[in-house]
Amino acid sequence: MTVAEWLALAKADAEKRGLPDLIPALEGLAKATEQLRAADWNDRADHDLKDARDDDHR
Amino acid sequence: MTIAELAPKIAARKITSEKVTENCLATIAELNPKLNAFITVTADAALARAREADKEIAGGRYLGPLHGIPLSIKDLIDCKGTPTTAGSLVRKDHMASSDAPVTRRLREAGAVLVGKTNLHEFAFGTTSEDSGFGPARNPHDPTRSPGGSSGGSGIAVATGMSVGAVGTDTGGSIRIPAAACGVVGLKPEWGQISATGVVPLSRQLDHVGPLAASVADAWVLLNAMLPAAGRVNALPETSSLKGLRFGMPTAYLFDRLDADVERTMLATIEVLRSKGAAIREVALPHANEIATVYLHLVLADAAEYHARTLESRPQDYTPNVRVRLEMARYVLAEDYIRALRGKSIIAKEVDRALHGIDVLVCPALSIPAPPIGAATMPVKGGNEAVRTLMLRCTQPFNVSGHPAISLPCGTTPAKLPVGLQLVGHKGRTPALVQAALAVEKVISGVS
Repeated sequence: MTVAEWLALAKADAEKRGLPDLIPALEGLAKATEQLRAADWNDRADHDLKDARDDDHR
Repeated sequence: MTIAELAPKIAARKITSEKVTENCLATIAELNPKLNAFITVTADAALARAREADKEIAGGRYLGPLHGIPLSIKDLIDCKGTPTTAGSLVRKDHMASSDAPVTRRLREAGAVLVGKTNLHEFAFGTTSEDSGFGPARNPHDPTRSPGGSSGGSGIAVATGMSVGAVGTDTGGSIRIPAAACGVVGLKPEWGQISATGVVPLSRQLDHVGPLAASVADAWVLLNAMLPAAGRVNALPETSSLKGLRFGMPTAYLFDRLDADVERTMLATIEVLRSKGAAIREVALPHANEIATVYLHLVLADAAEYHARTLESRPQDYTPNVRVRLEMARYVLAEDYIRALRGKSIIAKEVDRALHGIDVLVCPALSIPAPPIGAATMPVKGGNEAVRTLMLRCTQPFNVSGHPAISLPCGTTPAKLPVGLQLVGHKGRTPALVQAALAVEKVISGVS
């Protein structure tokens, strides 16, 4: 699920639950999640692993 | 007065624990209606324990530097026979059936517990204004926050409501109120002090530690809070600043500072340099990702703990904390795993930044205590969220787990305290304290 798809679903759910104050918070979280997913430690299944600097994970 | 000043007098029976405890209780009675530092005051039990301590000391059974010393405990930590509210109406009817290990150890050291201090609800915030028991207020300016989440602990030590305090720190909740209230706050290495019997925010980021009037007092408290096998009773010898090697993570930790905080911080660092400290810049390559790593970890961990009460009694949470907890339930597992991976990388980068140096030096709090109710504060020509600014300098070392201490290093022109942070190597908390003792000696009065 992309962050945009996740945000649309989360906002719809918040509206359905009658929690409009939650929507700006979810928009802020979406920005943070975009940043997390863009971090250079994240692997891709079609690339070499990036764990040379993170040997605890092997 | 400090523990270092009081303990020898109590031991020599030049002053009684009862008198010291009465003084603290009188200060609480005078100031708590205005500052709201305490949720529960255990005056009768404290006086009874103080009299007992005086008898023990008179009978030749002196237990050590905390014997007869009045302390306060953050109301997130179990103390048998008193409620642990966590600053929330969700737990207003709770009654602790046993002491948390940290409470038990302090009692065994002879401490007198005067009460449970106010906090940001469930430790989930940096200002202590969202509490089910009303906002805590800064003793230097009651229109401002004392910092949080251990806000009541910072107030208690700054005003003498208690001689020392125990707080918790998940993203800065000991060091932020210490900086905002002008006292010392010590976050030990993760896992060094048991968090059993402490209401969790994030079990992998929560730390328990002391707030105190001096570095030496913080050490005495920390030492008593450790398991017996880990204690180092003697105070680390104060080293000279000459030869101490400091690393300054200038990028990120110095780039979003309030102008007055920045001026004080840079003046302090110049003082350290002038006294012989070797200071060089160091890098944290993934510093810009620390906040998002922290956010995803703390949200998901908090969601796990709060899910059932959020569903059954949402109205008992304060509105802001409820919104954050509701948001927390939307974090996806894949993003949580990304954050865990980032946590491991950031911890290694802090280790690397410490390579060849003794301690990192940086601000503890990037802004002075913010006005209660402020959502944003001006920094570097723009406005930024108060929560983001308050966590910025402290949360890296919750993510990494390194020991860190905040100590007062001066005031702004508005007389609001500024806090300096030192960060030590894992496994070497005494060396961090030793460096802090040396720094404390030379920086008082910088402004």
